[in-house]
Parts: sequence; C-alpha cells; structure tokens
Amino acid sequence: MDLRFTPEEIAFRDEVRAFFKASVPEVVRRKMRESRSLAKEDLVAWQRILHKRGWATPHWPVEWGGTGWSPTQQYLFMDEMQQAPAPPPLQFGVNMLGPVLIAFGNEKQKRHFLPRIANIDDWWCQGFSEPGSGSDLASLRTSARRDGDHYVVNGQKTWTTLAQYADWIFCLVRTNTQAKKQEGISFLLIDMKSKGVTVRPIVTIDGGREINEVFFDDVRVPVENLVGEENKGWDYAKFLLGNERVGIARVGVSKERIRRLKQLAALERDGDRPMIEDERFRERIAQVEVELKALEMTQLRVVAAERNRKDKRPDPASSILKIKGSEIQQAVTELALELVGPYAMPAPEEPDEFSNEPPIGPDWAGTVAPTYFNWRKTSIYGGSNEIQKNIIAKAILGL
Amino acid sequence: MDFDLSEEQQLLKDSLGRLLADRGSFEQRQKHQSEADGWSRALWARYAELGLLGLPFEERHGGLGAGPVETMVAMEAFGRALALEPYLAAVVLGGGLIRHAGSEAQKSALVPRIADGSLILAFAHGERQARYELADVATTAKKDGTGWALDGEKGVVLHGDSADKLIVSARVSGKRRDREGIGLFLVDSNASGVTRRGYPTADGLRAAEIGFSSVKLSADAALGGPGHALPAIERVVDEAIAALAAESVGVMAVMHEMTVEYLKTRKQFGTTIGSFQVLQHRAVDMLVALEQARSMAMFATMMASEEDAAERQKAMAAAKVQIGRSGKLVGQQAIQLHGGIGMTNEYKVGHYFKRMTMIDTLFGPAEHHLSRLARTDGLVEA
Repeated sequence: MDLRFTPEEIAFRDEVRAFFKASVPEVVRRKMRESRSLAKEDLVAWQRILHKRGWATPHWPVEWGGTGWSPTQQYLFMDEMQQAPAPPPLQFGVNMLGPVLIAFGNEKQKRHFLPRIANIDDWWCQGFSEPGSGSDLASLRTSARRDGDHYVVNGQKTWTTLAQYADWIFCLVRTNTQAKKQEGISFLLIDMKSKGVTVRPIVTIDGGREINEVFFDDVRVPVENLVGEENKGWDYAKFLLGNERVGIARVGVSKERIRRLKQLAALERDGDRPMIEDERFRERIAQVEVELKALEMTQLRVVAAERNRKDKRPDPASSILKIKGSEIQQAVTELALELVGPYAMPAPEEPDEFSNEPPIGPDWAGTVAPTYFNWRKTSIYGGSNEIQKNIIAKAILGL
Repeated sequence: MDFDLSEEQQLLKDSLGRLLADRGSFEQRQKHQSEADGWSRALWARYAELGLLGLPFEERHGGLGAGPVETMVAMEAFGRALALEPYLAAVVLGGGLIRHAGSEAQKSALVPRIADGSLILAFAHGERQARYELADVATTAKKDGTGWALDGEKGVVLHGDSADKLIVSARVSGKRRDREGIGLFLVDSNASGVTRRGYPTADGLRAAEIGFSSVKLSADAALGGPGHALPAIERVVDEAIAALAAESVGVMAVMHEMTVEYLKTRKQFGTTIGSFQVLQHRAVDMLVALEQARSMAMFATMMASEEDAAERQKAMAAAKVQIGRSGKLVGQQAIQLHGGIGMTNEYKVGHYFKRMTMIDTLFGPAEHHLSRLARTDGLVEA
C-alpha cells in the first residue's frame, strides 16, 4: 500500500495542470469561477481546444481517438480540469453516447458520429426522462412504430439539458408494448431538425434556462439510426448510466469552490474582522473539507480498484461517490449563501453586456443564491440519491 | 497510488485474523476480562510469536522494521475482535515514545523486551485539568542530586494498572501550558512513591489513576533531553490516532455486518425487516459512513510518518473528526436497528458501540479536533 502518486503520475499531473493554465480561455475560467452559465460558443471553443490537444475523449479506445491513459491518469486529468476550473467536454456526446456507440453501434455509425462528437460538430442531448418516467425510467411511453424503413416517433421527453443547442438527441423509445417494460425499449438517434420535433424551455428555480421539454409528433426516423438491436435499449441505457462513475463525485469542483469560498471569506467583513476569522464559520468549512478529503480517498480507492477489475459492470461503490459528492457540493453552496449574507436577497438581473450599472452588493453576490437553488439538482439527477441507496442496498448489502 | 497490501502484510492480516477468530471470540473475551490483568497474557504471548509486538521498531534494536501500514492491519483486526490487550498502550504509545525519544542505549535495552512480550509499558500523560491539551502538564520533575524527583497525578492511564513501567510526562520548567519544559521519564510501576488505582473502562478495557509522590529517579530515567519532549509526544499521539482510526474501522465494520445480517434474518409483520426501505437506507447510510471512515484511516496511515508536523497534525485532526462522526452514526444506528436485543449486555453489538464511543473520546472527540483543524489553513489551501 502506497497512497502517494508515482513520480510519473506527478509529472503527468503537472503537464495537464500547465496545459489548463495556458489553454482555458479566460472568459470560460471566469464564468466558471463566478458560477455564471457558459454560452454555447464558449463550450464549443473550449472542447475544440481540448480536441486539438487530443484530450477531448481520453477514456475512449485508442483506435477511436482515446489516449490510452491509466485510470489514475484519467482521474488526475479530470481533477485538474475541475480545479482549473474548466468545463468537461460535452458529456452527452463524449461520456454518454460515445461509449454506447463504441460498444454497441455499427461501423457506419461509429465512423460518422464519433469524430463529430469529439470535435463537437454535433451537439447531442439526452432523451431519457419523461413526465411520467423519472426514477422509474423503464416505464417510459414515447413510442417508435416501424413504418417501412422508418420509425415514427410520438411522445415527450423532459428535463432535457441544453436541448436548445442540440443538433441530435439520443432517445429511449418503446418499440414493443407487449413485452415486460424493460424488454420493449430501443435506443434511437434522432435529428433535432426533423419535422415534428418541438423544444420548449423549462425555467428552473434559479431562473436558469438549461432544461427543456422535447415533443415528438409523428417524427420519421430512418431505421439506420437504431443503435444495436431493437428492444435491447434498456441494456445500453444501463451501460451508459454506469459509465458515469469516473468523476461523478466532482471532488475537483468542490475543491475549487472551497478555495474560492475561503478567498471571498477573507474579503467579506463582519464588523471589524473578515468572515474567515469567524471561528464557527471556519469550523463549518473545516467540516466540509474533512468529508471532501475522505471522499477523495474513496474516489481514489474506486480508481485503483478499476485497474484490477475484470468485468465491466459499474462498481457499486460509485453510488457512494454520487451520494457523498452531491451532499458536499450542496454543502459548499450553503456556505457561500451564509457568507454573502444580506446580499443573497437581490434577485439576479438579466445579464447585459452593455449595462453601465454597477452590480448590487459585492460583485460576486449575484450568483450565490441562484447557485444554491440550482445545485439542489445534484442529489436528483443521474439517479436520485434515494435511488442510489436502493442500488447499494441491493447490489452491495444484498437486502 | 496503490491500496493493496503486500504479500507480507496480507500474511500478517490472515494469520492475525485466524488467531483472533480462534482465540479472541466474544465468549473468550468475557473470560479474559476476568483474568488478573483484565486481558489475556496467553494471547499476548501469541502476539509476540507472530511478531506483532515488535512491528514498528527498527531491526537493529530487535524489532521488525514495519511501518504504519502494518500497524493499521493489526489495529483493524483488533477492532474487529474487540481486543482487550494493551497493544495501543504498550506498543503504539509506550513503544512509540521509546522510538522517538529514547536513546540508543534505551532502545537496545527495552525494545527486545517489548517485542518478546515481557515488558508492558503505559503512557502516563493525561491530567484532569488538561482535558485534551497535550502541553498541559502540571506534574513536576525536580532536580534531585544527579537524578530527579517526580510529583503529580496522572489520570485515565490506559493499562496503567498492568504496566511494568510507566513513561511519565513531567514539567522540568515553565508554566502549566508552556510548550517548552516538558520531560519524559521512565518509571518503575512499583517504585516507592507510586500509587496506582486500576479500574475497568466503560468499553471493558483497563485504565488507572496514578499518583507520584517524591518518586526518586536516576539521571538515566529521562527519555531524550528533559524539557523538549512535546514534539515527540505529539508525534506519538498522532501515530496513536492513526492506529485508533484503523481500529475504529474494524469496530464499525463488524457493527455494520451484524446489522445487515440482522435485517436479513429478523422477521416482523410476516417478512424480514430488511425488506423495508427505510431500514435499507439506514443500512446504506451506515455503509457510506464506514467507507468514508475507512478512507480517512488510510489517509491517516499514509500521513502517520509525515515529517512535517503541521501537515501531519491536520491529517490526524481530520481523521479523528471523520471516525468520530462515522462511528457515532454507525454505532447508534447499529443499536437502533437491532432494537431491544441491541440494548442487552449479553449481545455483542452493544460492546462494539461502547468501544467506538470510547475511541472517539481518546485524545479528543470529533468536536475538539474540528476546532483544532479550523484554526489551521485547512485541507484545501486557499
């Protein structure tokens, strides 16, 4: 047992750190630090910088543009990117659809879509959840009826993140209504420009516009856009959700947030002294730091175990990472809310590049309450924490 | 980055596991408690045979030259077995002070006897007014001819009643909480002027209140240079915290396993209670707490040999916070989920709960270490 990184791993970490320092566009870094939403062009530009360096899809097989990095190197890359801070490459393409196509897609699909995912020529979104199918995803009802060499798709998807930018959506659709609910689902790729696709924004409690409803009204989809076999889509979806394990704890994100919190706490004053000198506030930060350190070690244990794993099924320990990781991220947003104090109150203004008005209160105050509101999502998305507990109870504890 | 045990470490884990499964059962634990020392001399001899008692000492002094990982393996096994023996007192604390403060001559004389099991040490440091402040020492050592005269009271000295020799901290100069002016002295337990009152602790182990009244010591009784002992004390307490973190992982793991097993077998309302989601989620909360504690015990193990005292102390404070928090959750829920049976003295889960509670108290509970950590620059540098 030696929990230190090897000199090679440290050299690798320094290399990626230097790359992020030099290559993350200032506007991206600033928006990330200030919890402001990134524009589509910010995300595209950044992913293309990564792709040019060969690092947009590090975990893919080398033949499809992966790096061949060890799990530890992938971890270090992710951790450094989160701390930079920089956004990850668009996860719907790179982390979700890409690995599904590599594992289950046909040669033509791989050749066409994978390079476009890596270079973000196509913006992908995820069509899984429906109004009646959240945690019970397999109950989904969006239907795809075969008609000659097309499927005709009808139904509705929801919580579709950044669908307003999307060129394509990968969907779970019902192709057999007679079978058991998990056995009648297929995995279909749908061009968002198809006739009959409608996107309607959903405004979240923070005022944000990141999620949408997507409606399908007699949308004709060529059968060549079916991934793998008809009615096997549930298997592919489980594979996809299991692939989220690397980085799901978002330890680097929380480190960066705590670092910024401490910097801001040194500036904000409470009477004669900065908030950072408040003993009780320091203890609350320290408490989160302890949990984060433990989580970092847990994450490294999962990463190290990955080396020795024979089967490719998701590691049940990744559910622990999801639960603790989301709790810690939320705890940090609570601390920021406490720090900003009364200037949590003013409702966020519409961003306006040309406004000469100074911000209300401290210049970092405007995003604090919205971020606190918005980050409640972290314990809901990707399988709610309660679903994660069901998974652990069954898969690890055998209950 | 490698979390696997080496072949030798795995061998140590397996052989100790077998020994404790065989000789350290819960029923036997109760028998051992009623022996003269409150623990088993026979089992102690077996530890010596396995090399456990010489683990952390250098080979040239008669030890095995092992490190914190081996101590972690041993302590986790002791935790699982709810061991009664004075490993923490004699090897980790007493032995640690010899390692870090002793002279070559003292090491060569004492280490072989610790390793073969013939010498039991205890660390007489805590005083009632000090609570968890390590520099708070009111016991005094005054120059007396060429030697020293020791006066004062030490409280809750772990295994102080069965120790052959005590390592006593005493002030040779300065005020009560000064960092400078503390010495360490090796004192024969039966020396004239030493009074010991032994008693069982709440978790079924042993401790003693010890008084020193004009105890005459020769010059060579001092460990290291008298007056500058605090860094060695802090270092050994850090090593003890890492060891306790590992022990607590063993204690928590057993409580969690027992609870899950109970959920699978106990039937109410015509079904196993483990089929109820509210109890499943509670068992998962326990697992998450256990795994977080395990991670921190590994971190503490890694940091136990860190030379930078500030970094090491931050790590140990963090570990103590985590095992305290996790231990409370796992222990309280283990009792709760067992229901009435968990409250009975003849059932083992309650004894694990009591040990876990006392581990939190030792060297300061989670809250104490949280405020210590909060006074530093923290774990994430700004």
